[in-house]
Amino acid sequence: MSLIKITIDNQTIEVEPGTTILQAARMIGPGVTPPAMCYYSTLETSGGYCRTCLVKVSKGSEKDPRPMPKLVASCRTPVMDGMEVQNYTSEEVKDVRKAVTEFLLINHPIDCPICDQAGECHLQDLSYDRGKSQSRYDYEKRTFDEIDIGPTIKLNMNRCILCYRCVKVADQLTPQRVHGVMNRGWDSEISTYIEGAVNNNFSGNMIDVCPVGALTDRTFRFKSRVWFLKPYDAHRDCPDCAGKAVIWKFGNDIYRVTGRKDQWGEVAEWICNTCRFEKKDLSDWIEEGPRKIDRHSVISQNHYLKGTQFVASPEALPAKELK
Amino acid sequence: MSRKLLLAKDHVPGIRSYDVYRANGGYASVEKALKTMSPEAVTEEVKKSGLRGRGGAGFPTGMKWSFLAKPEGVPRYLVCNADESEPGTFKDRYLMERIPHLLVEGMITSSFALGANTSFIYIRGEYFYVSRILEQAIAEAYANGWLGKNILGSGYDLDLYVQVGAGAYICGEETALLESLEGKRGNPRIKPPFPAVEGLYRCPTVVNNVETIAAVVPIVNDGGEAYAAIGIGRSTGTKLISASGNINKPGVYEIELGLPVEEFLFSDEYCGGIANGKRLKACVPGGSSVPILPEYLVCKTATGDDRLMTYESLSDGGFATGSMLGSGGFIVYDENQCVVRNTWNFSRFYRHESCGQCSPCREGTGWMETVLRRLEKGMGNLDDIDLLVGVAKKIEGNTICPLGDAAAWPVAAAIRHFRHEFEYHVLHAEKVKDPKHGHKEPIMPVKPAPVVA
Repeated sequence: MSLIKITIDNQTIEVEPGTTILQAARMIGPGVTPPAMCYYSTLETSGGYCRTCLVKVSKGSEKDPRPMPKLVASCRTPVMDGMEVQNYTSEEVKDVRKAVTEFLLINHPIDCPICDQAGECHLQDLSYDRGKSQSRYDYEKRTFDEIDIGPTIKLNMNRCILCYRCVKVADQLTPQRVHGVMNRGWDSEISTYIEGAVNNNFSGNMIDVCPVGALTDRTFRFKSRVWFLKPYDAHRDCPDCAGKAVIWKFGNDIYRVTGRKDQWGEVAEWICNTCRFEKKDLSDWIEEGPRKIDRHSVISQNHYLKGTQFVASPEALPAKELK
Repeated sequence: MSRKLLLAKDHVPGIRSYDVYRANGGYASVEKALKTMSPEAVTEEVKKSGLRGRGGAGFPTGMKWSFLAKPEGVPRYLVCNADESEPGTFKDRYLMERIPHLLVEGMITSSFALGANTSFIYIRGEYFYVSRILEQAIAEAYANGWLGKNILGSGYDLDLYVQVGAGAYICGEETALLESLEGKRGNPRIKPPFPAVEGLYRCPTVVNNVETIAAVVPIVNDGGEAYAAIGIGRSTGTKLISASGNINKPGVYEIELGLPVEEFLFSDEYCGGIANGKRLKACVPGGSSVPILPEYLVCKTATGDDRLMTYESLSDGGFATGSMLGSGGFIVYDENQCVVRNTWNFSRFYRHESCGQCSPCREGTGWMETVLRRLEKGMGNLDDIDLLVGVAKKIEGNTICPLGDAAAWPVAAAIRHFRHEFEYHVLHAEKVKDPKHGHKEPIMPVKPAPVVA
């Protein structure tokens, strides 16, 4: 099949048919990539829910140049030949993205100081870039009780943004899903069937895909802030999974084990629960070397850069972008 | 007396039963279509009739049918959307309850036109008793050879099923309806692909409203051109309107499109005027999702023309001074009613019915409801009004399905036309503590002064 052309924020790339706008943007570079809270490259049918990746299609395709009437979710919209997309160059898109950030935050407890996800939280990154410093929502937030789902996973529904990623993990990685979204709308929550435990050897991946601190590792809870730990790529001979993981060390102690995330913060190869929760001794692992934290994330502490400052080609974006 | 097509035989006693319905000319459209017409010819008649979807969006039915993909070896489905849950709309229930065979007949004729061999009627859970009536009608149709194998010896097979939903408004959205029909959680799907290409069980599917499918019967019987002769412009045929609120004669009326709103509202044939001799305050012409109109815009458009019951005339002036025909839920408010309370009531509904899939709708509907509750109880402040406008604007158009729009429009419109009443709720907090404050001190809409150029 021949490649098709797409222009995002004045940068053109040729991609395979069937690629989504978001995937094409990621091929061009971080400077034109919309943020994504619910899309996950390795999970099928993920995306389309959070609406942070909305973009404006100013030209539908070469054949039908009409612009699309509404903003579209870039993670679920396939590229058409000759399509022109505005992301950071459109005021409307930036406006809506700020609004979506606000919507996601109105019920999210700002408990980052006691949240294990802090430092590697996508919502934290999103609100650092686009959030307001003060909330316009001055009512009580909705609250739920914390639940232990299984011996290794803690569910804090207050922090959940209902991205459906963990539901898709359970659907696609494990033979039988025992948890999902219950209730509707404002009251919807992730829950297991009558709080039954999630018992599956790959259930731990739910923790990795969770963009916020709703699902956390009970074997790591409150042990350390993530930015005090040094991540190392490591592998072991595992009969169940590829055994390629990241071990987070403090001195010679392994505090936790996670999957390897790519530059968009998404795990490419899943790891099993044995590797994740039980192998916390240095002798279990063969170290490959330290990992670089290259994401513009809160985890990089003093080296934190806002989205604009790492834009690949500055001429594509005039100054004072994003905010 | 205007012409009636759907409810013409409504007065006949026992029309609910097969024998009476058949004796009154029922199932003639099936005979005509299956014996003398090709499926394409039926679609062509529907196209000629100019029939537009009666569920709310008003999309031309013939065009929708012609979009249906027809790949070889893949079944096609027709699904009837009987999940009528819009506050203020109750026309489909009336039709299915009184003349169930009309829907069954329409389903057979439409399925034949689309080449569907299996069709479904998806009915909301609250209409459980209606589903019994429909099942009875379908059993009678099977017994008399209108359904099943080789109908009328034409070689066409059709099975028709009734599926009862669990009572979620969102399942009236066509893709959520299909998910629910497949046995999943009723979350709307992301489009594209559209149901015409990939719908029920990933096969091409057409989803139509009850009234739309029933209207196919007179179209096939009398021809598309005869149907198109009724009505004005692109609004052809007749429409069922469910009239409710402070009127003398609430109920379901069949009108010819193009009837002036004034006549519908005040003539004795229809609503019969405002109850108890009160004044008209406002009107929601198309079910809870459409913008509310203040008294001075109900019967006349902003340019001074008569407002007619058509898709075009009701939306004349855009959202600034117009509204929509929607699903035909005509709700009338008299001078004593409180617009703030009404808006709060609507947004409570949308908060409860949002599926929770995408963030602007899940969080935004709840947010609007909370702010409106505070305003209604007299605990709000003036900034809240602008906040509401801002939130509504950010929900609109940014969600997967139209529920977000439907939740945002009534709030935005109420503030656009009745801002003084929202301000009254802030400034006279003591008075509005009584929910019936409108009875003591009616607040009428204020017509903005004409802009002098």
